[in-house]
Amino acid sequence: MAIKKLLIANRGEIAVRIIRAARDLGIATVQVYSKADKDSLAVRLADESVDIGPPQASKSYLNQAAILAAAHGAGADAIHPGYGFLAENAEFAAAVEAAGLIFVGPTAQSIRLMGDKVAAREAAASAGVPTVPGSQGRLESADAAFALVEKTGFPVMIKAAAGGGGRGIRIARSAEEFHHLMPQAQAEALAAFGDGGLYVEKLIEGARHIEVQVLGDGRNVIHCFERECSLQRRRQKVWEEAPSPSLTQAVREKLCTSAVALAKAVNYRGAGTLEYLYDDRTGDFYFLEMNTRIQVEHPVTEMVTGIDLVREMIRIAGGEPLRIHQDAVRVSGHSIEVRINAEDPARNFLPNPGTVSALSVPGGDGVRFDSMLYAGYTVPPFYDSLLGKLIVHDKDRPSAIRRLERALAELSVEGISTTKPLHQALARDADVKAGRFHTAWLEPWLESHAAGLATAQPPSAVKVAP
Amino acid sequence: MATQQIFSPLPGIFYRKPAPDKPFYKNDGDVVAESDTIGLIEVMKSFNEVKAGAAGKIVRFLAENEDAVMAGQPIAEIDV
Repeated sequence: MAIKKLLIANRGEIAVRIIRAARDLGIATVQVYSKADKDSLAVRLADESVDIGPPQASKSYLNQAAILAAAHGAGADAIHPGYGFLAENAEFAAAVEAAGLIFVGPTAQSIRLMGDKVAAREAAASAGVPTVPGSQGRLESADAAFALVEKTGFPVMIKAAAGGGGRGIRIARSAEEFHHLMPQAQAEALAAFGDGGLYVEKLIEGARHIEVQVLGDGRNVIHCFERECSLQRRRQKVWEEAPSPSLTQAVREKLCTSAVALAKAVNYRGAGTLEYLYDDRTGDFYFLEMNTRIQVEHPVTEMVTGIDLVREMIRIAGGEPLRIHQDAVRVSGHSIEVRINAEDPARNFLPNPGTVSALSVPGGDGVRFDSMLYAGYTVPPFYDSLLGKLIVHDKDRPSAIRRLERALAELSVEGISTTKPLHQALARDADVKAGRFHTAWLEPWLESHAAGLATAQPPSAVKVAP
Repeated sequence: MATQQIFSPLPGIFYRKPAPDKPFYKNDGDVVAESDTIGLIEVMKSFNEVKAGAAGKIVRFLAENEDAVMAGQPIAEIDV
């Protein structure tokens, strides 16, 4: 059943992106919005819009009943969840289908399976995909833990089974440290989470973050090659690119094949991403997790493969089989995306909502700006700080970096501070130019370059030649 | 004794507790020191503490837990 009217259960730049893809397919759009987003670009662009509640996400974009009621009221036959909010909520995916609507994404069962860390690791292992060496789930005793780390080798991370987001992690670099830290970690986990359960994982130092984009229709799965997103601050990606500057062709093939094997093993439907740690000194890669949704950085894959991922996921949700063969997926040139956030890099990335008094958007060949901005728009303080993404494409990586510098110089967001000066500094950095970085590279770099970012010119001082 | 207001320093969501399962930082009638935290403002997913700013006794809160607030909006009244 082809989709006729699509409701977008999200906001910001991704809502705009989905509206555009739907319109390109001749599908009508319904944008839901909170009171804080009444004047958003997505509401302006959509065919219809429905107020679903107050600014707080818990009362609007996370309010499943309000969203389902909006879909019924508007006569939508499908819901696209975007990323974040309800995108990886299995209960919501099931509720959408139970209401007789199409969920643009995988089945509730796939979301649930991949959302469970232990189950996802097991699925990966049985599909022959390497995972970070460590305990299979929680440890039964300190002795069992020690026997295990003697096999994996040091350093290891001791993690609280009930933890998350980096909380409750300790690093042991020797047997002595391990014996010292285990009881501490146990006591802390019990105090913090009411659960003393622990597991251990080998720490891959200096690893890169590489992820593989997949598309499936529930039976067939293809990959659209990889993205590298090693430049991160507080586990948030700030700069993403495709292809990775660090993979050899042999590793790339192995990595992408492993992603397809795992996605096929779970009969994956829609667009998904398998995240890996990659050790460029050994060539080893380790599966971390699968994100069962479209990702923020999907445009770099679109730029190098020419595949419109959002359009494909909507077609698949409408019941069409995958229409792209693996042999037809080819990488051409190099693409980089930088996240333009409402944060002031000169003031420790202080969030900076407010009114955009003037806006100049870069253009020209190989430049794309996916954003929620327009001149006069007031960025609300209630949601994340992502304003938009500047994406460039060129024949190779050095050319793409030059094009990025050119496009950043053309971009002017007046009235609020953005992360533009950070990206200008990164684009000039010798290590970035050489592709020499890993997931722990950016934070120390920010400390040593704080002065440079502090003296960066405010956006309003940047003049662009006509 | 004079009554003054405590203003939200930022726009965002106002929380009266450090975590959903924790009690309120302060209640109506509580005595506070200048550096006491009376709530949090969540702005773009980052959390910022709101201090009492003066020693005294909280008369009443003017904003509820999880209210959307503007910068400069009064969130509590305090007798100093």
